[in-house]
Amino acid sequence: MIEQAPAAAGETDAPGRTSDEVPTRAALPLAGTRDRAGRWVRSVADRLRQLAHPVTRAWSASLQLRVAVTTLVISGVVVLIIGVFLVDQISGGVLRTKRSAAIAQVDTAMASARPALGETNFADVQGVANAVSNLKNELALNGNDAGLYRVVIKSDVQLEALADVFDNDPVPAGLQGLVERGKPALQYARVQASRGGPVVPGLVVGESVQAQGGMYEIYYLFPLTVEQDTIALVQRTVLLAGLGLVLFVAMIAVLVTRQVVRPVRVAARTAARVAGGDLSQRIRVSGSDDIARLGQSFNEMAGSLQRQIQQLEQLSRLQRRFTSDVSHELRTPLTTIRMASEVLYTRRADFPPQVARSAELLQAELDRFEGLLADLLEISRYDAGVARLEAEDIDLRSVVARVVESQRVLAARQGSEIVTHVPDELVPVEIDSRRVERILRNLIGNALDYGEGRPVVVTVAADDAAAAVTVRDHGVGMRPGEVGLVFNRFWRGDPSRSRLTGGTGLGLAISLEDARLHGGWLQAWGDRGSGAQFRLTLPRRVGEPLSSSPLPLQPADALERN
Amino acid sequence: MKPRVLVVDDDSALAEMLGIVLRADGFDPAFVLDGNRAVTAFRESKPDIVLLDLMLPGLSGLDVCRAIRAESGVPIIMLTAKSDTVDVVLGLESGADDYVVKPFKPKELVARMRARLRHHDDIASESLTIGPPESPVSIDVAGHQVRRDGTTIALTPLEFDLLVALARKPRQVFTREVLLEQVWGYRHAADTRLVNVHVQRLRSKVERDPEKPEIVLTVRGVGYKAGPP
Repeated sequence: MIEQAPAAAGETDAPGRTSDEVPTRAALPLAGTRDRAGRWVRSVADRLRQLAHPVTRAWSASLQLRVAVTTLVISGVVVLIIGVFLVDQISGGVLRTKRSAAIAQVDTAMASARPALGETNFADVQGVANAVSNLKNELALNGNDAGLYRVVIKSDVQLEALADVFDNDPVPAGLQGLVERGKPALQYARVQASRGGPVVPGLVVGESVQAQGGMYEIYYLFPLTVEQDTIALVQRTVLLAGLGLVLFVAMIAVLVTRQVVRPVRVAARTAARVAGGDLSQRIRVSGSDDIARLGQSFNEMAGSLQRQIQQLEQLSRLQRRFTSDVSHELRTPLTTIRMASEVLYTRRADFPPQVARSAELLQAELDRFEGLLADLLEISRYDAGVARLEAEDIDLRSVVARVVESQRVLAARQGSEIVTHVPDELVPVEIDSRRVERILRNLIGNALDYGEGRPVVVTVAADDAAAAVTVRDHGVGMRPGEVGLVFNRFWRGDPSRSRLTGGTGLGLAISLEDARLHGGWLQAWGDRGSGAQFRLTLPRRVGEPLSSSPLPLQPADALERN
Repeated sequence: MKPRVLVVDDDSALAEMLGIVLRADGFDPAFVLDGNRAVTAFRESKPDIVLLDLMLPGLSGLDVCRAIRAESGVPIIMLTAKSDTVDVVLGLESGADDYVVKPFKPKELVARMRARLRHHDDIASESLTIGPPESPVSIDVAGHQVRRDGTTIALTPLEFDLLVALARKPRQVFTREVLLEQVWGYRHAADTRLVNVHVQRLRSKVERDPEKPEIVLTVRGVGYKAGPP
């Protein structure tokens, strides 16, 4: 129910949305646009929710999925932290080593640069040029050609004549600022490993040499290509290893949960089959762990259920056999008695008065006895659950007419009249006519019994789904609370009243069962002093549910009086 | 001449009482108390009608019913202690024409028996034809003969009566209740199973395809009528 709620809400939304769209767009275009935008957002949200729907359902439905995903996320986070830490440590180490080596190399180079440049004088331009050129060549031999570093020499003296002597390669401004103030410094920056070559990550170390009339700045550009490759390799390795580890852990989680979940699923399936009626289903149990104990307990439960149900079935079978046997065994002698009584009864004129009266009483009480036996057997058939509906299409009016006809004699004896209101057209209803006749016979018989000689009104009506018959009497009616009791077995409205129909006290109880067997209703209304009304409502087709009755339960004349 | 009745019932008290009632009503009853001897007794006494208890020691009532029906169309009325549909329909399907449920009133039983015996003294010569023109069913009422496509169809007297009742008014729709009254002699009682089962039996004999009847047509919600002549 909860899962369906959003879809149902969406459906009820839809007609409202289309109906208000037209006037809005015509009268207020701006408001319409805003409305549409809002609607668009809502519809996108709906769509997303719909898309997420199967995912959330799978999430809540599968324990295995939940465990696997949770394990994946947690182990992923852990591996990520470890990976980042590892990569950080390794790359830090590599760079530290490179830096120490670079500083050592710069120190070596400076050992020869300092004397060579320190004694020059910027007034002697040629001297400066020569010294720088010599130094470059020397450092190139040690560093540049070995691929260790490239040297860039600058000066704070800007002389036209020296423009070609000094390099104008860019160096990081912060670094240059430090060097210009005479402090040795180093910085990671992107460098050109050779003149005109590609720009790569690197380390720049700068030192200054003070000369007369000016200052030299010497920058050593160390490319870090090798180190970068090493770090990239480490990163790749850690990433791959981490991914592998995470997947592996998740797989382990899936496998482990499967060991637990599978037997639980088997148990659930088996339980569903048992619930579906196959009581012989059992779980195969192996081992003696918790899961095996679950299976064992389940099997014991199913076994005990099966035993009890078999016992009940056997009892029910016995009951049915008993009913059938009693029926036969009682009926045969009763037939003989009935015939003997009939013979005596027809010849009663020949007997002395007391014997004749005895024959009459015997005959009358036999009728009652027969009725009681028939009703008892019928109700025991309902109790045993063997009553079956023999439904066919029949005009309900003809059934009513037949019953009314058969009750005319009784009505005449009571001095009552039976008034019928039936529709003019056919009322075909799928019913078991034997049972419906029995219901109507009971209702009309009761109405005559309690109607105190006033008319009994029988009304028939039908709509597309249901047909109804009401039987109304204007007799003593019922006391409050009695309406709920009339369908009880052997219940009598007024024990002191003489009853002419010789009812068995089971009539209405059987009628109620008959109505229920049709999927119909049998209901009573009664009011002290204004009589009673019984309403039988039957679906036009067997098996179709009833939602309303074509006739009211409370008669119109009683409503007016209230 | 008194009509002969064969009573097949294992309850001797009931059999004796039936004898008293039947003799008083002008029948000539013969008795047999178990199923095994029922068929032999039937052949010896050649009754006009059989009263048959369904629950018998030895051969069951249903088997006796089938055995008698196999060699004769004599009316059979079942005496049954069970009014459950299965039992009644089984009895009717094994060939019984009618049934009374114990405990029955003697008058009711006699009325049913008379209804079953009544039609045998029809003498008026009458010939009826119903069914599709290319393959009509012709009925010789006096001769008790039904022919279709040149062959004689053997019907029990009850099936014959049912067919004649429908064929006499070919365009009229008969409700089951009307048929019960005309053919079985019922009043006020309405056991439509009786009509349904016998219509099925009749169809299985006269129709070319009982699933698509042409002679005895069902009118949904009302009853039956004869096919067009």
